[in-house]
Amino acid sequence: MKYCLSSLRYFYMHSARYALAIFLLACINPLLAEDAKYNMTRGVTDISGQVYDLHMIIFYICCAIAAIVFGLMFWSILHHRKAKGATPAQFHGSLKIEIIWTAIPVVILVAMAIPASKTLIAMEDASEADITVLITGSQWKWHYKYLDYPIEFYSLLATPRDAINNQAEKTDLYLRDVDKPLVLPTGKKIRFLVTADDVIHSWWVPAFAVKKDANPGFINETWTKVDKPGIYRGQCAELCGKDHAFMPVVVDVRSPEDFDLWVAQELERQAQEKAAEAARGNMTMDELMAQGQKIYETHCAACHQISGEGLPGVIPALKGSVMATTDIPAHIQIVVNGKAGTAMQAYGKQLTNSELAAVITYERNAWGNNTGELVQAADVAAVKGGE
Amino acid sequence: MVSHRTLMRKLILICIAMFAFGYALVPLYDVFCEITGINGKTSNQPATTRAKVDESRAIKVEFLANRDSSIPWGFSPEMTDISLHPGQIKVVNFIVENPTDEAMVGRAVPSVSPGEAAKYFIKIECFCFTEQPLDAHERRAMPVQFYIDPKLPAHFTTITLSYRLYKNTPQVVGR
Amino acid sequence: MSTENSSELGSELDHHQSDDHHAHDHKPHGITRWLFTTNHKDIGTLYLLFSLLMLFTGGILAMMIRAELFQPGLQFVDPHFFNQLTTVHGLVMVFGAVMPAFVGLANWMIPLMIGAPDMALPRMNNWSFWILPFAFTILLSTFFMEGGAPAAGWTFYAPLSTTYSSDSTAFFVFSVHLMGISSIMGAMNVIVTIFNMRAPGMKWMKLPLFVWTWLITAFLLIAVMPVLAGVVTMVLTDKYFGTSFFDAAGGGDPVMFQHIFWFFGHPEVYIMILPAFGIVSSIIPTFARKPLFGYESMVIATASIAFLSFIVWAHHMFTTGMPVAAELFFMYATMLIAVPTGVKVFNWVATMWRGSMTFEVPMMFALAFIVLFTIGGLSGLMLAIVPADFQYHDTYFVVAHFHYVLVTGAVFGIISGVYYWIPKWTGVMYSEKIGQFHFWCSIVSVNMLFFPMHFVGLAGMPRRIPDYALQFADMNAFISIGGLLFGLSQLIFVWMVVRCMRRKGKKASSQVWEGAQGLEWEIPSPAPYHTFQTPPHVK
Repeated sequence: MKYCLSSLRYFYMHSARYALAIFLLACINPLLAEDAKYNMTRGVTDISGQVYDLHMIIFYICCAIAAIVFGLMFWSILHHRKAKGATPAQFHGSLKIEIIWTAIPVVILVAMAIPASKTLIAMEDASEADITVLITGSQWKWHYKYLDYPIEFYSLLATPRDAINNQAEKTDLYLRDVDKPLVLPTGKKIRFLVTADDVIHSWWVPAFAVKKDANPGFINETWTKVDKPGIYRGQCAELCGKDHAFMPVVVDVRSPEDFDLWVAQELERQAQEKAAEAARGNMTMDELMAQGQKIYETHCAACHQISGEGLPGVIPALKGSVMATTDIPAHIQIVVNGKAGTAMQAYGKQLTNSELAAVITYERNAWGNNTGELVQAADVAAVKGGE
Repeated sequence: MVSHRTLMRKLILICIAMFAFGYALVPLYDVFCEITGINGKTSNQPATTRAKVDESRAIKVEFLANRDSSIPWGFSPEMTDISLHPGQIKVVNFIVENPTDEAMVGRAVPSVSPGEAAKYFIKIECFCFTEQPLDAHERRAMPVQFYIDPKLPAHFTTITLSYRLYKNTPQVVGR
Repeated sequence: MSTENSSELGSELDHHQSDDHHAHDHKPHGITRWLFTTNHKDIGTLYLLFSLLMLFTGGILAMMIRAELFQPGLQFVDPHFFNQLTTVHGLVMVFGAVMPAFVGLANWMIPLMIGAPDMALPRMNNWSFWILPFAFTILLSTFFMEGGAPAAGWTFYAPLSTTYSSDSTAFFVFSVHLMGISSIMGAMNVIVTIFNMRAPGMKWMKLPLFVWTWLITAFLLIAVMPVLAGVVTMVLTDKYFGTSFFDAAGGGDPVMFQHIFWFFGHPEVYIMILPAFGIVSSIIPTFARKPLFGYESMVIATASIAFLSFIVWAHHMFTTGMPVAAELFFMYATMLIAVPTGVKVFNWVATMWRGSMTFEVPMMFALAFIVLFTIGGLSGLMLAIVPADFQYHDTYFVVAHFHYVLVTGAVFGIISGVYYWIPKWTGVMYSEKIGQFHFWCSIVSVNMLFFPMHFVGLAGMPRRIPDYALQFADMNAFISIGGLLFGLSQLIFVWMVVRCMRRKGKKASSQVWEGAQGLEWEIPSPAPYHTFQTPPHVK
């Protein structure tokens, strides 16, 4: 009877353990299957595939080590207990065993280091590239400049502030979309030169396994070669101030033919915009306010708030402020050139004269500021040219 | 047993030495980077030696010009890239323009990528060695005269030289 | 042996303690006792209570972080304040909770373990402690300044911390200097005490492992805290006095900040774990009733870890744009550190093996430490592999790693030490029921809190963000609930401590634990105010 009970208990304890193991394994697979929601992505480049494989191999080795060590521990906990009547052994050392369990890990580590070194050396070789893109991070957006074509533009978060402040629906692309993605061709080696304008940022696209810090005043280089067309999303990966979470990276990879088409379209669009800008006479108040509001919400509301009230003590309000209601040239000056030593950036580089005129007009008339004043592109050009 | 006082004295000395070491890491880092070029910084001194031209190799050198938002100048390279043999001396101009009504002083800081190639990028003359004053509405071409050391390892085929232009304030100390 | 002397002493003092107004009473009273004490037991108590307060302060900041991260969108705080929360949470936990707790345990236990009457420099000991409340008042007061508290992360990379920071930077720098001075003085005290005040017969290779690990930690402290002082001063002068250490415009380099910071920072994280290794090495043999396996090997492994900790710093910087040769060197060196660490884990398991274990609360926490710290160590090994690190760096995978080694590692180590030694300090056994309840609540909630972070990091969620894309929402909600439960569970610990401090519980013997060995178990419980006034003779 006693034997029956004890063997029943033995069986129960062991089956409980097996059940637990099966349950854990069942959890692991959906978590860690390839392209599972919660595992690293295999990505779309040869390098990203190598990185993924390294990750999985190391992970399995770690799991094996854990299983052995914890297995021994739990066995010991169950069997070498005083309640079970165990008497303690008195051994307290063994040079032989110390050497063995020092040597075996070293061998495992060397085995891990070899494929890791190979992949790393490949990852850091940006030579013989087909296309080079200069990536500049600044607070809180990316700037892309193709060195092989006269194309450059800023890429800003496209999610509206209302969604962030829980006053509007969050779409599937919440915090992951930009107004103008970086467009690249498949099958070509793309070299990235990465730098920053202010603080350290970091350009990261998980699908490419590319992450490189953007250091102000220095350039880093890295590269990728994408096999599959598609849209790939990443984020800034170095704390860069308050909107670190709000400067995503989006890369639109197209077939080489589609890419060439895009380049042509982009050059065409640039030319048209330039002509329109030059031909544009004065804008009406309605045009200025409509465009100004859009620009304000994309570029200014992050700090000055949609309400224009800023953040007391940190970011000045525009609503009812001296700057937005008195001297126009001073207002233009600060938007174009920023204010050194503060978070106020120089928007003269990022926005066209018309866009600047629109947003400044908007600031002077919104939120009850109602100056009735209009600022035109020519006024902005005047300030830019003759400080 | 060494007395408390003696041991404390030794420990305090270690402390002070480590504090000094922390500061010594600054020039040590610079020396290390200069020797290996790892952070892409090139030398601030004009080179006096020359090298024999190696016609068997062609290196592409790209030029980038960035301006910091502190200085409202125009800044661009005369050409975006150039192809040359190691040892061959070339001059490339950077066009700088001050569109404002006041005279200003700028200072350019170079950075080379890949970082390991920086120590093979030998500058004979560079506008980055000194500060650059420009009068109001003045436009000037500023030269860089350089060659690539033929000892450049074989696997480097493209080198990028990037300048960042800053306004010369007390912080922009001559280095 | 010493028993005769100490129990004589002990019984004399026991008699005194029961009569507060006895003429020979050595123990002072009131506020002045605590302000001016030079007694290692009092100072140990001060450090431990301060660190508990800081644990809850840092914990409240963490709760605010997790509240904001419970759902996508910004609900409670603005992003700038969120960055202040993550920054001060890190600073408070590292410099206010973990390090002072270890110093508190060192103060209480090192003199007892080596048979010394007190620390070598009792007055400096008092100053070391009292600097801390002052330093943290300054740091925490920055929340109420214009511009807010420091917000560049506890790692305060330049130029975010220099050109782009608020004026709280000056207070932050001053506060860090004070903390550094406190740590350095404490470390020196530990070294001089261990070198000079061991009882006759207490040879180096007889020292309890807690003493060895603290000795090695103390050397790490005096080596690297001055480097932190240097780099933090460079930040101050870059911001206010026109230097350009980290400003490219002036010929400086922001990446140099990272090199100097992490030269301090990496040994710092070993400073935060080695004493825990010592605590666990005290507890496992006691409850397995078996000597520690491989004592010499444990000492050598600890020293190796300390030495290696100086040459791995750039593994925090793999994405900064280092040459391949440097990346490879730091990868190999970092992987190498896994070897002595693994050796220690194997030695603990070998200590358990064929022992006769009981599972009181200190043992439960120590066993949990071994399992969970190992998980943290294994994720660290994954991080060492540079190509993979490019995908893990600055994501929640790293956050998971360091919280495993620091919370289920260092903090659980401290907690297990407190449960282990509190009967010696207070003279009463903690309530086993409360302790087990605390343990089980903690172990479940801490894993709810930190384990999913591995996955959300692998899925692509960066760290130090107040808001995230929708695919991370479910995990974050789960994690936040785990955080709330873990925070609440620590109230159970406070309950246990308060009960003991009020002497509520079964009276503890000198020996306290059946398998315990060492000089500290040969004096009465509670330990008399003055112990080992005459040095014991160690066989």
